[in-house]
Amino acid sequence: MIPLSHYLILATLLFCIGLAVTITRKNAIAVLIGLELMLNAANINLVAFSRYDGVQLQGQMFALFVIVVAAAEAAVALALVVRVYGYYKIADLDKLNRLKG
Amino acid sequence: MVLFLFYAFAALTLASALVILFTRNLLYAAFSLIFCFLGVAAIYVLSGADFIGVTQIVVYVGGVLILLIFGVMLTNRISTSPVITDLHNQFWGYLLPAGLLVLLIGTLGQLALPDWAMRAQENATLVQASTVEPLGVHLMTQYVLAFELAGILLLLALVGAATLAKPAAPESIAVTSTGINTQNPAQP
Repeated sequence: MIPLSHYLILATLLFCIGLAVTITRKNAIAVLIGLELMLNAANINLVAFSRYDGVQLQGQMFALFVIVVAAAEAAVALALVVRVYGYYKIADLDKLNRLKG
Repeated sequence: MVLFLFYAFAALTLASALVILFTRNLLYAAFSLIFCFLGVAAIYVLSGADFIGVTQIVVYVGGVLILLIFGVMLTNRISTSPVITDLHNQFWGYLLPAGLLVLLIGTLGQLALPDWAMRAQENATLVQASTVEPLGVHLMTQYVLAFELAGILLLLALVGAATLAKPAAPESIAVTSTGINTQNPAQP
């Protein structure tokens, strides 16, 4: 029986590491990696609370939909990054400061 | 025993997340993310969410991570030098998560579980059996609208990603609309 606080501490650490990666990196793919870490941290919390809900399993259901949306987000974001790289030949987010192509 | 396994997999997850945080090589970060996702999947299994754990492995390790590595390889010249990402916002980028960490861990001591969770913890009525059947039943009854919407979202994301990633020059659209020379649309 794992205490709930252990899950919460793990998810908090993972979320903060993901946030640091997202803020500090310049490359778009590295920012996406940080986003995936944060989504996983949120999922750990959902699953941990869902342990107390053996009949309805609402937390696990929500985690399932989070995974679906994260997969869709990753596919579209990577298509955008590849397209932008094909146009500008850079993948650094702070150099992409023009809206007009 | 379960607690020991939990600590082991939590350590694996956090260690690989720290590797992602401190390396600047994108490929090292992507491969370290594999271990991070596998550790998270093991933690799901340890907390009674077997189906979510398998989904995590199939979708994240098998799908999202391969996409990320493809993205790294398509957006960098990897044949000449290692793929190094630059850093910016270093001060706020480390201070803000550290402050959030202190805030969240600090409030953990005053965590008040809701009544149903307290009762479940006392009676130890945690999830014991496999969750595949209840998840499937709920997905087809209570959450059927969300299920269909997720399907439409995935279809839209598939079509959108394929449309975006297709290399389409303005000339090629004009040429292909007339139906001439679709094999080599760059030269009308």
